[in-house]
Amino acid sequence: MNAVLLIKTLASVVRGATPLVFAGIGEAITEKAGVINLSLDGTILLSTMTAFAVAYTTDSVILGFLAAMAVGTLMALIIAFGSITLRQDQVAIGFVLTLLGAELSSFLGNPFVRLKGPSVPHLPILYLADVPIIGAIFFNHNLVVYASYVLVILSWLYIFKTQPGLKLQGIGERPEAAFARGSNVNLMRYVYTAIGGALVGLAGASYSLSIKLGWSHRHTAGNGWIALAIVIFGGWHPLRVAFGAYLFGGLRSLSSIFQRVAPGIPSQFFNGAPFALMIVALLLVSSGWLDRLLIYLPTRVRRVIHDALLGTPPAGLGRVFVKE
Amino acid sequence: MQLSRRLSNLGVGLVPVLLALLFTTLILILVGAPPGKAYWNIIQGALESPNKWASVLTATVPLLLCSAGLLVTFAAGLWNIGVEGQIVAGALLTTWLALNLALPPILFIPLLLVAGLVGGALWGLLAGWLKVHGGVHEIFGGVGLNFIATVLTNYLIFGPWKPAGRATMSGTAPFPPQAWLPRLGSLPVYPIAVLLALMTIGLAHFALRGTTWGLKLKAIGNNQRSAFLMGIPTHRYMLGAFLLCGALAGLAGSIQAIGVRQRLIPGISAGYGFLALLVVLLAGYRPLWVIPIALFFAAVGVGSPRLELSLQLDSALGGTLEGIVVLFVLLAQGVRRRSASRRLAGTQSQSQAQAQAQEHKEAV
Repeated sequence: MNAVLLIKTLASVVRGATPLVFAGIGEAITEKAGVINLSLDGTILLSTMTAFAVAYTTDSVILGFLAAMAVGTLMALIIAFGSITLRQDQVAIGFVLTLLGAELSSFLGNPFVRLKGPSVPHLPILYLADVPIIGAIFFNHNLVVYASYVLVILSWLYIFKTQPGLKLQGIGERPEAAFARGSNVNLMRYVYTAIGGALVGLAGASYSLSIKLGWSHRHTAGNGWIALAIVIFGGWHPLRVAFGAYLFGGLRSLSSIFQRVAPGIPSQFFNGAPFALMIVALLLVSSGWLDRLLIYLPTRVRRVIHDALLGTPPAGLGRVFVKE
Repeated sequence: MQLSRRLSNLGVGLVPVLLALLFTTLILILVGAPPGKAYWNIIQGALESPNKWASVLTATVPLLLCSAGLLVTFAAGLWNIGVEGQIVAGALLTTWLALNLALPPILFIPLLLVAGLVGGALWGLLAGWLKVHGGVHEIFGGVGLNFIATVLTNYLIFGPWKPAGRATMSGTAPFPPQAWLPRLGSLPVYPIAVLLALMTIGLAHFALRGTTWGLKLKAIGNNQRSAFLMGIPTHRYMLGAFLLCGALAGLAGSIQAIGVRQRLIPGISAGYGFLALLVVLLAGYRPLWVIPIALFFAAVGVGSPRLELSLQLDSALGGTLEGIVVLFVLLAQGVRRRSASRRLAGTQSQSQAQAQAQEHKEAV
């Protein structure tokens, strides 16, 4: 009985973390190229709303997804244009878009609040869904969730195992060197910012059409910030970003279980938990405490933990590249 | 000459604002709302009566206080997004005292305002500590602390501070009258608050412009490492900036609690902190520009709820308009800088070519 419940919970963790996986990997790709898209919270809200509004009016889930990805791309392109072409502060433009996205989603989404609309159909994968335990956890969802698995693996392969992926790392780490070797740094930064933005839009759509159905004011508020934090926690590495998203999702459902088990604790503590966790997680990877603790471990173990938990940001992150 | 240049500068500065209005108008047409009526509703909603004028002034107060603090943190190169939570923290400490003490107003009100300063300062210091000693970027520390402050408020309102009877979203029980910030007659405006707000902006202006403290802060903002090598205790200055900004935001929170609401409500900060960030960005970090921009933002904020009543539009139109204006102004600054540097490059290459031609002639 308890095992069944556990499997069910794990399955819901995997499902619920899907948008964070999309948004986290999208942002990781953008930041790998050296651009910060700070607008995630607003972009996700706006694309969540757009996906639902479009799917509701056209009765087509696919059009909803496409529209949301277009919104995500557009927001990202504004940041790329403002920071790369016009050399304005990336963080400032990202912050303005965060607020603007949220306000626009409230304004434009007003007629769509709390309506019932189409959603992505449930689709267990043949044979795989019947594998004990693993099947129930990973392969008894819908296409959106499966797409997130594919994205995790593909983005990892692309960034670390292919030629263009190495160039992507180059333009984020040492743009001058990449330029000297023939990369069109600023064009590539545009492209990867747009791709990352499209994935953030996908994250938004997967909220309103698959994970947290429908639209209400500030439907997904806060999740964009968590996705941004997961990118740092995941050390800009797709596999670790995905791990971070699942860890976060897991701790979130853990807190909802606690809430059921211990009704004496006020529910607000659990609402605040993700954000306290966000701070603690960032403290863990950025403060150097972990490094100081690791000294007491044998070298080999130390290296494994270090590689698994700590990452450094791309050296050219947030720095504008100017061709001499 | 100078006047005409100033006028043309002003003209150039207005272009992005007009474009932003055009863009917002397009959005209104898109959703099938009458743009003229919508704008007129906002203007009317903000300016139709002395009461509304007073409300606009009152809404300007938290914007000015937070902007003054943000000018300081921005000078040090810090993105204090946590300002929203710092407002809340100030309101929380104020509420705690207001619900548990009873003093004559002459003592009580200053004490409550100081409590706001302290609460906000502590919350700001926490974000600063996370940044300076924990390596957590102030944007993430701030956002996290904002959410935690909101959650803490809800917990207190529905838990220990719930009014006798039943806890509701309308907040704690009203504070005793001796804790209320005095109004101007029957108008919803608080002279002490307005005075304090204007004073802090003035102080920020002079402190950043005319003191070594401000100069050192700016040095840190420009290049933290070289400031450190110059012997400026960068960590202490950065913590100080967080403390100061937090204190001013907390004061704003305190004024919201004992003035505007006379109780603690969920969402006491009402987005003023984020809006103040926009104000400072739009002002281009210039203190004196903050005042008219804050007034404008406050007027839009007071005017736009009218849209819901008369046109069934969401009041988020006001915030949308503000966001678009700031975005367009930032982009326009970039365009201007770009064309200026092009012009410079153009004249440089021209003079180079002339010099070369001269050399050529001399050689011949």
